[in-house]
Amino acid sequence: MEPVRTVSGKAYPWGAKNVDTDVIIPAHWLKTITRAGLGRGAFETVRAQPGNVFDDPDYAGSPILIAGDNFGCGSSREHAAWALGDMGIKAVIAPSFSDIFSGNAFKNGIVPVVLPQEAVDRLVEVAKTDEVSVDLETMTVTTPFQDRFPFSLDPFRRQCLMEGLDEVGLTLARDTAISKYEAMLDEHRPWIAGESNARTVVEGAGRT
Amino acid sequence: MASRPLTLYEKVWAAHVVERRDDGTCLIYIDRHLVHEVTSPQAFEGLRAAGRRVRRPDLTLAVPDHNLPTTARVDAEGRELPIADAESATQLSALRHNVSEFDVPYIDALAAEQGIVHVVGPEQGFTLPGTTVVCGDSHTSAHGALGALAFGIGTSEVEHVLATQTLLLSPSKTMEVRVEGKLGFGVSPKDVILAIIGRIGAAGGTGYVIEYTGNVIREMSVEGRLTVANMSIEAGARAGMIAPDDTTFAYIKGRPMAPKGADWDKAVAWWRSLASDPGATYDRTVIIDAAEIAPALTWGTSPEDVVSITGTVPAPDSFADASKREAAQKSLDYMGLTPGTRLQDVPVQHVFIGSCTNSRIEDLRAAAAVADGRHVADGVRAMVVPGSGLVKRQAEAEGLDRIFVTAGFEWREPGCSMCLAMNPDKVPPGERCASTSNRNFVGRQGPGARTHLLSPAMAAAAAVTGHLADVRELMG
Ligand code: SF4
Repeated sequence: MEPVRTVSGKAYPWGAKNVDTDVIIPAHWLKTITRAGLGRGAFETVRAQPGNVFDDPDYAGSPILIAGDNFGCGSSREHAAWALGDMGIKAVIAPSFSDIFSGNAFKNGIVPVVLPQEAVDRLVEVAKTDEVSVDLETMTVTTPFQDRFPFSLDPFRRQCLMEGLDEVGLTLARDTAISKYEAMLDEHRPWIAGESNARTVVEGAGRT
Repeated sequence: MASRPLTLYEKVWAAHVVERRDDGTCLIYIDRHLVHEVTSPQAFEGLRAAGRRVRRPDLTLAVPDHNLPTTARVDAEGRELPIADAESATQLSALRHNVSEFDVPYIDALAAEQGIVHVVGPEQGFTLPGTTVVCGDSHTSAHGALGALAFGIGTSEVEHVLATQTLLLSPSKTMEVRVEGKLGFGVSPKDVILAIIGRIGAAGGTGYVIEYTGNVIREMSVEGRLTVANMSIEAGARAGMIAPDDTTFAYIKGRPMAPKGADWDKAVAWWRSLASDPGATYDRTVIIDAAEIAPALTWGTSPEDVVSITGTVPAPDSFADASKREAAQKSLDYMGLTPGTRLQDVPVQHVFIGSCTNSRIEDLRAAAAVADGRHVADGVRAMVVPGSGLVKRQAEAEGLDRIFVTAGFEWREPGCSMCLAMNPDKVPPGERCASTSNRNFVGRQGPGARTHLLSPAMAAAAAVTGHLADVRELMG
């Protein structure tokens, strides 16, 4: 993963609330088997409307999206984060995010920045004309007009973002602890890995 | 050390901590991982790229469901029929390829046990009380009905679980939703969960794991509990749980992957210890009087837009909050509804009985009881999609398929079907569907499709009357 320290530039001054994952990327785009290329489907239903913010040439390619409460609600589909990433978005600023979406955003190097509604309203105004900057070093969002909004991030996730760390690799390094837990499990809850589970099921006629 | 009373969630969480970090996040062991074709290809791709293996194939179970057409899968000679949609076919064959390369237990599209992941898990005895269950699908919360801590994850987490059998998580807050009293005539588990979501709101559960308690939940079958827990995510909650009890154990016993012999006794003893201790406290408690729950449905495009079937379409002005007023107006425009209209006067063109919320045998029985001796109204297309091949067989053994087909319903092969617009089962733009699924979002059942969420019996009532209808008037 690419390290993310600052995200600066134009921002989509959108502000819409309760943007669900079906809006971010409609289900018919989910049929891909790779991560790339989903930006084309991002916000398809919004883009179908004339005058929408995403097709406004003023904001094309913005690395920041400003949205309202409860961004990314709905399904757990990570395609939402891939779609945003594929359209070049590296930070989303909103008053709140769905839990699952913000987890997915982190894992794909997108910073979910939680700011109070007033700050988000202000940034929507600023973004109509000027650039916005999200700085993970100082944990602030700033504008050319002396605005300075502090935010917080889980320290571990912040470190992963800033160093571009791969979470799977980090956890695999904890192998001793995981193996120890599995030994405990075999002893105290043998039915979890019990023989009754192994391969009971079920290969259909069509398995290739 | 005297310990404070703990909730079900706290006990299951504590039993799965591999390591706790200073900041409170924990490496949590995952006992059960369900995999389907939509959210897994990129995870396997990631493993392959990094030269990693699946750590515990024996704790993993893969089954295709989202993309599969619900029409016949084999021809008269038993040969597999090709899937017309090229991208769907690619995802399905990628799953076959991946499970074979990574040696993951797999229920194929052509196996009798195939079905929707959240129907198959409990049905096979793969889902057990006190386990952690994950799947790359948000309605994984359903498995909490058996007392599991079960939640949806994204594809990077799917990859993480495949490689490490763990997830790094922060503990959630706890919410008790207690439903007490006596449910009225014709009120189903779906009405209960719709009432709960209507009360706490679509974001009301954000940051929480809900535990459903109270006599109404205790008296519910496991299938009803699955319907309730399934929609926890529609209240914004990470997961929903129900304490395992004798009803749960009776449901699990003898299922193919359930513990057997001495393991069974040991397991039940442990499961019994998981119920929340007397005096355990929750961060929030919501109490709902069962007598106030009516057969219900949604009118808008959020699952919190719940109204009784005897009600009318609300006016945006009736909401105190400005953003809610705006959202209501948008919903009404999308749904093509006018405030003040009686819901029972709203005609439907489609009826969908299925999805992981309501496609188990009890759901089909409830719908069949309404359909029996009646006929689908003119101009309505009604389909019944069993949640698994085993549900389908059971229904056929009980003659439910004959009831449906005689009444003019389509009787289809198991899968997610019209729950989401991903396979050929879609609602055309501007048309209206009475659906037993769990999401009424804009475009969920197809671009421009209008969805009303309701129970299987209410869906059947809509099918035979041609409009949204109060099922109580059709019940004996
Ligand atoms: S039936 Fe619907 S909600 Fe359930 S797993 Fe399938 S797509 Fe998801």
